Amino acid sequence: MSGHHKEVDAVTGVETTGHVWDGDLKELNKPLPRWWLWTFYACIVWAIGYWVVYPAWPTMNGYTEGMWNWSARAAAMDEVKAGHDAQAQFRDELAKATLGDVKTKPELLRFATAYGQSVFGTNCSPCHGRGAQGSPGYPNLNDDDWLWGGKPEDIVQTIAFGIRSDHKDTRISAMPRFGMDSVLKPEQISDAAEYVLSLSSKSTDKAAAERGAAVFAENCAACHGEKGTGTQEMGAPNLTDAIWLYGGDKAMVVESIQTGRGGIMPAWKGRLDDTAIKAVATYVQSLGGSK
Amino acid sequence: MAERRTFTDVLTVLVAVAFAAVGLMYLVLSPDPVMKFHGTVLALSAIIAALFVLPNKLVQPFSTPGSDVDYCDGPIKFATIAAVFWGIAGFIVGDLIAWQLAFPALNLDLPWTSFGRLRPLHTSAVIFAFGGNVLLATSFYVVQRTSHARLAGRWAPWFVVWGYNTFIVIAGTGYLLGVTEGKEYAEPEWYADLFLTIVWVVYLLVFLGTLMRRREPHIYVANWFYIAFIVTVAMLHLVNNVTLPVSLLESKSYIAYSGVQDAMTQWWYGHNAVGFFLTAAFLGIMYYFVPKRAERPVYSYKLSIVHFWTLIFLYIWAGPHHLHYTALPDWTQTLGMTFSVMLWMPSWGGMINGLMTLSGAWDKLRTDPVIRLMVVSVAFYGMSTFEGPLMSVKAVNSLSHYTDWTIGHVHSGALGWVAMISFGAIYCLVPWLWNRKALYSIKLVEWHFWTSTIGIVLYITSMWVSGIMQGLMWRAYDKLGFLSYSFVETVEAMHPYYIIRATGGALFVVGGFIMAYNVWRTIRGDEPVDAHEQPRVAAAPALRAQMI
Repeated sequence: MSGHHKEVDAVTGVETTGHVWDGDLKELNKPLPRWWLWTFYACIVWAIGYWVVYPAWPTMNGYTEGMWNWSARAAAMDEVKAGHDAQAQFRDELAKATLGDVKTKPELLRFATAYGQSVFGTNCSPCHGRGAQGSPGYPNLNDDDWLWGGKPEDIVQTIAFGIRSDHKDTRISAMPRFGMDSVLKPEQISDAAEYVLSLSSKSTDKAAAERGAAVFAENCAACHGEKGTGTQEMGAPNLTDAIWLYGGDKAMVVESIQTGRGGIMPAWKGRLDDTAIKAVATYVQSLGGSK
Repeated sequence: MAERRTFTDVLTVLVAVAFAAVGLMYLVLSPDPVMKFHGTVLALSAIIAALFVLPNKLVQPFSTPGSDVDYCDGPIKFATIAAVFWGIAGFIVGDLIAWQLAFPALNLDLPWTSFGRLRPLHTSAVIFAFGGNVLLATSFYVVQRTSHARLAGRWAPWFVVWGYNTFIVIAGTGYLLGVTEGKEYAEPEWYADLFLTIVWVVYLLVFLGTLMRRREPHIYVANWFYIAFIVTVAMLHLVNNVTLPVSLLESKSYIAYSGVQDAMTQWWYGHNAVGFFLTAAFLGIMYYFVPKRAERPVYSYKLSIVHFWTLIFLYIWAGPHHLHYTALPDWTQTLGMTFSVMLWMPSWGGMINGLMTLSGAWDKLRTDPVIRLMVVSVAFYGMSTFEGPLMSVKAVNSLSHYTDWTIGHVHSGALGWVAMISFGAIYCLVPWLWNRKALYSIKLVEWHFWTSTIGIVLYITSMWVSGIMQGLMWRAYDKLGFLSYSFVETVEAMHPYYIIRATGGALFVVGGFIMAYNVWRTIRGDEPVDAHEQPRVAAAPALRAQMI
């Protein structure tokens, strides 16, 4: 078929190699493009230079360490240290300060709030939202309505030990499952729900609400208070305002009474150090706390 | 001769029966439901294969129109159709998971449809099922034509395409059922790996056997790339999958390596899967189909030699750049990065040879969308083989690593280079294999070209923006030294880009359907609607002579 019949390609004026495959496949005898070759050489020279400077080739008992004695680990540790050093003054100050002190020192307060916001973004925002706006079951932290207390020390305790967490010092309480455990009949639950809604003027069935008042006094008032204003020692929410953890329509209130509620927040002590917890508490209180 | 054929046929049926027996054994003996299912798949597949061998139709008649060689084109036709099928399947799954990233509810809360199982299904379907079948088809076609010889083996080429596609079904269904080795791009479990090894060795033997019986003095450049691909993939597959099964009757196995050695072995494999499967082998396609379709000589023989050897020598070192700033020792990272940078020009040698082969025929870019698919593909190849070395530089990698930029980079190579050159090759092959005078419609190729190109551009630009934004957000600090953004904010910020990416992917899927329709009408033998707009070379070789 082929043989070595070199020919000159009419279009480019370049000779072919003389090989022919499959009828018409040929190759031109072009030299390597100069720019290609020199760029290739330049890359090789650069690589060799890099090997001289940085750790590069394995040897019998180690590797070539390079002129600069550079290591990624040491470089990273230097950066971490530089970051730490830059913050050291405020960090130490915050570690020693009480939350009350922090509020009186504007610079420290600014640092603690920024620190807390950063820690919050990484650790808390998956549940409470990036703007701490919460979602059903996860409290909004921007208001002044606190389940377990909004004083600085209350917030610190909640963050450190969590709510119904596995920490021994956790905050704990349980709302009974009035429906599922047959403590109350469905009509009673419905009436109690109407009464609860009436506390924030949302009830539509006055007679049912009146019947529900008795159910409430007997079953709910112990925790939520006679007027339904809640008890922070037990994490029992205030039922007279317009803020609802699980939703404020009748179906959701009935479900709360029916199945009970008991959200969980993990204990952060051990995962966050005391200074970080203090910072998060400062940030959280800055959002909506007034106490 | 007839006796020898009968002997080979009997032997082939016996091999099929043996595979069926192994499959049935797993169906009966294995306590593992997935293993039982895969035993059934193997047995059914082997029985169907035996039923095809028995009437002995697939290797007859021994004649190729217009040629003095009886080319073995049956397995090529099979692999071409399989490529179109798996391509569409892989593109659809890819686009589904793209939408899942934008709207997580689309995971449907079912294990089988969750991102974690569909993602390996997508990558394996597009790389190994679509890409692999394109490579089987084109390599068998190219090696025969450029060797002027029929494929070695009577049933061996059929065994390769049958075995490879059976492997794909076993691997893919395994992912959906939760069976995985957990190694990226090497997820199939030990038994699927073993089966693939057998198939791959036969593939190598068929390829080399064909070259050995060639009636040409020289081995054409495309075949060098195919050999490098077949040999290296065999080595990568064997080394990366050293694994110990919990039991020979169960699917689960544990990898022999641990810690950073496992990571390094994995990325030595992973990067060379890119280098030898998705680059070298597809360069083989380019070296045959671009000059053939353009009817021009290859630009530079010397460049093809130099860039071939430098490419395969340098590529094998580049894997560690996937593990920058990890527990991998600094010296290994240095080698990975510097070899990646040195790889830039050897990669571009292929681009130069691909593009410059068009010199004297640039006008065909305007008139022939098949050429345009392949030339744009080579341009994407050039872009992503520049982007790759750039991203391997540690300073750049510290921004790009773990971000969507990497995803964008992979897809500019996968959609732009691999898929587009494959489409071009399929559009060439179908009329040639089925002896048609032209494609059913070159206009539809034009539509395919534009939907795919626009889809790719949407995909990679959105991933550049999203990836670089993500990297910058991760490393942003405020004046007091605290991170400016939480992780969840970076996820929120990427949402619009995820939608743009998934839209681009949808266009790519549409292109796949356009191709499937065109291929189907061509194979069916329908009268081409625009034969006069197609170049002479679109016709099958036997019909070309009659056309002028």
